Amino acid sequence: MPSLRLLNVTKRFGSIKALDDVTFEVRDREYLCVLGSTGSGKTTLLRSIAGILTPDEGEIFIDGKKANTVTPEERNAVYVPQSYALFPHMTVLDNVMFGPLAKETKRAAAEETAMRVLKLVRLDGRADALPSELSGGMQQRVALARGLASGSSLLLLDEPLGALDVRLRLELRGELRKLAKDSGFTVIHVTHDQEEAMTIGDRILVLRRGKLQQHGTPYHVYNRPERIFVANFVGNTNFLEATVKSRGKEGSTLRLREDLEVRVLDPSFEPEEAVIVAIREEKTRITPEPVGDEPNRLSGEVKEVHFLGSYIRYAVRLTNGDEVAARLPVGEAEAEIRHGDWVSISFDPADTHIYEYPTLGLPSELEAS
Amino acid sequence: MTNGFVGSIMATLDKLSSRPAVKRVVYAGTILFLVSFILLPPVLGITFKLGLAEQVFQNPELLVRAEAAILWSFTIALSVAAFDLLAGLPLAWIIARGRSRWISVVDALADIPFIIPTVALGFSTLLFWGNTGPIGFLGFSIPPGLALVLLLHFAFSFPVIVRVMVGELLAYTSIYETAAKTLGARSFTIARTVTLPMLRPGLIAAFLLAFARSLSETGATVIVAGAFENGPVFIANAKNAGLEGPMVLVSFALIISSVAVFALIRLLGNRLKIPLNRVFPGAESRLSSKGSVGMRNAVTFLIFGMFVLIPSIYITFPAFGALTDGTLQKALSGTGVWSSFWQSMALSYVIGVMATLINIAAGLPVAILIARKRLGRVATTVLDAAVNVPIVVPSVALGVSLGFFWRSFGFLPEFWILVFAHTTITYTYFVKAMAAAIEGIPEEMEETARTLGSRPLHVFRKIILPLTKYSFLSGAILVFTRSVDETGAATAVSQTLKTAPVLLVSWVKHQIPVTDSEIALGIAFLVLTSFAALLVLRLIVYRRK
Repeated sequence: MPSLRLLNVTKRFGSIKALDDVTFEVRDREYLCVLGSTGSGKTTLLRSIAGILTPDEGEIFIDGKKANTVTPEERNAVYVPQSYALFPHMTVLDNVMFGPLAKETKRAAAEETAMRVLKLVRLDGRADALPSELSGGMQQRVALARGLASGSSLLLLDEPLGALDVRLRLELRGELRKLAKDSGFTVIHVTHDQEEAMTIGDRILVLRRGKLQQHGTPYHVYNRPERIFVANFVGNTNFLEATVKSRGKEGSTLRLREDLEVRVLDPSFEPEEAVIVAIREEKTRITPEPVGDEPNRLSGEVKEVHFLGSYIRYAVRLTNGDEVAARLPVGEAEAEIRHGDWVSISFDPADTHIYEYPTLGLPSELEAS
Repeated sequence: MTNGFVGSIMATLDKLSSRPAVKRVVYAGTILFLVSFILLPPVLGITFKLGLAEQVFQNPELLVRAEAAILWSFTIALSVAAFDLLAGLPLAWIIARGRSRWISVVDALADIPFIIPTVALGFSTLLFWGNTGPIGFLGFSIPPGLALVLLLHFAFSFPVIVRVMVGELLAYTSIYETAAKTLGARSFTIARTVTLPMLRPGLIAAFLLAFARSLSETGATVIVAGAFENGPVFIANAKNAGLEGPMVLVSFALIISSVAVFALIRLLGNRLKIPLNRVFPGAESRLSSKGSVGMRNAVTFLIFGMFVLIPSIYITFPAFGALTDGTLQKALSGTGVWSSFWQSMALSYVIGVMATLINIAAGLPVAILIARKRLGRVATTVLDAAVNVPIVVPSVALGVSLGFFWRSFGFLPEFWILVFAHTTITYTYFVKAMAAAIEGIPEEMEETARTLGSRPLHVFRKIILPLTKYSFLSGAILVFTRSVDETGAATAVSQTLKTAPVLLVSWVKHQIPVTDSEIALGIAFLVLTSFAALLVLRLIVYRRK
């Protein structure tokens, strides 16, 4: 059963570390989404697991066996690149039969497997078509079918929905997960789309500049981001620079610029330590009547109002110059708030996260690559 | 998948190919072949005999002749390549951009001087410009000598420029031109300031190929040179006179200087800036007018017809004459000079087949190494440059050196020396064709196939080969025709065995008593071979579409 374990895996390209000391485990039949921006090392990770690349340091275990020197054809880990890499000179059926035939399965048996899998992806009617005759969505399903028929049970999907248009992408998300789950596959699915990762993954792994940032369930990653980068990359978050004024049993009091104050639950930082406060935009409340600055209730001027369909997003400049955004569902939004209005911004101490002030400053910590 | 004996052998070979050690042995073996059969023999052969060059230094008259010959080689090659670029670019433009259905005919005609064996081209040029030709009737003719050599070189280097530039223009996306047009530029201005600068690498490549072809050509040049000598003619004359010293000296000088000039143009070419960013709206608007374009096209076609196409195919007339004057019967009966002719043809074909097979086997792994940059960036550049050496160095100089090298192994029969020489001369073509084709296949396709359980040789058999079979075939046909047509190296190497082109040169130079009709027919038989190859190539390309 394909449980997968990476231990301190590092891969360099010249002076760039594409993977930097990465350690994690994937359980049998788990659907793992690897989330990261361009250049974060996602593809390098997949290709190292597939055996196309050899890590410079560290170990890869598949089914408990060390796989570093095992050739790609013997690893039983199917790589499906973003381009699908369908063989253009072979029919759909030949493409799907390629894996079994390469592994010296008898032709009749290979064809049977291929047809069964093609039925699963609803393409048994197009078995004799060439890949170039199919739509993007169909090609994607052929690539998937080819992986499913190969006899391996570890699927490595590189941006599998990336080349499709938005509507189709949403449609195929559920189908992809269901197929993998029904067929008992272990999947590593790489994407830069946080919503996609949250919807499909049993667990999510966030990568940045080759380093693992966080690994956990979508719920955990969203609600307990362990790093500023994750809080920013997954969801929409306000960040405020602050220093700890005091701490007690119920939490800490932080001082923002110009002596504004906020109360938070986290008591883990020492007084006078520099920190960053993070609050989700949707956990930030906005009310029309400013009452003056008091802890967790700050006044400011509305600088921008954006209508986002189901949400309205307000960008507010506080009296100390910091910018904070609030996002309200359209039904709850106070229609009378307009650009230039003075408003109150407030939030619950339980909805805040506190991070150590990054050595290179906040902007560099927020950069994706 | 086991279908019998072959299947099980393939399965075993597939399994072997998964072993890193096996892969290393195959790659190392073919690189060893490249070094020991293609690169070292030309270098070592000439180095063994460098002492002989001493003879020339003691003979001031010979030294002056040798120096002049080398200088003329480069002067002719440079000026011919420049003129070809000027005349060929407009024709390439017409072929790539024209809408008329006659364009494909022009396209095919432009290839003719490239397809016709150079011996035929030489004889055809000689007859066309000579006093019995059409120009002679007007009381005007160009005798063998420098002028005729220039005309000949202009004609056979021309298709190289057209072929390369048509390819470049077709691959070039017109989006930049559209953008420039919407910004208000005239078409001549766009061509000068947008299109041509972007096609610079192609222009340099085309120039280099034309240059190399002119520098290297021997068979045809010997025919039209008369008393004039460039490098290859000097070598051929020295060989006929039995003067080894001058042969060695000039070959050595040509090898060294051609490699140096190539490296120089390659390095400087990419830094070359076309400094004309200024726009001349008035003049360029007039140059872009319908009338100017029509005039330019007319001049282009006139030059192509008068100086390239007609001189190249003029040989057809005496060849047709040979069909009716009894020469054909004599040729087919194989009596007199024809018995040695057919032997030479058979020899040429056998050597061609052997050189092709050897180059396919030895060239494939090298093509993969280059296309996939398996050895890293620097080593790949070196390997790529090494593969180009046989077409950069003048083939007659290469032949001189190869002859010395292989003959130093006393036991080697002349037949094998000829096979090895032809293998070296034609090595580049197959490797280049396959490397380009393999590079066009996304590496992801191979990688994905591997992760599906396919072993390296299986990937090659089932994915790479089917996707590159057209390039495989055309590369192989190119090697075969180049080998059959090769004159320079074969002249330098041959002692008792004569391949068809070498024999025909001796006919044309009347070293053997033959009639003009016989020469024309003999050449026609060689031309037919090339045309058959061309036909096969065209059919392959046609089927691909």
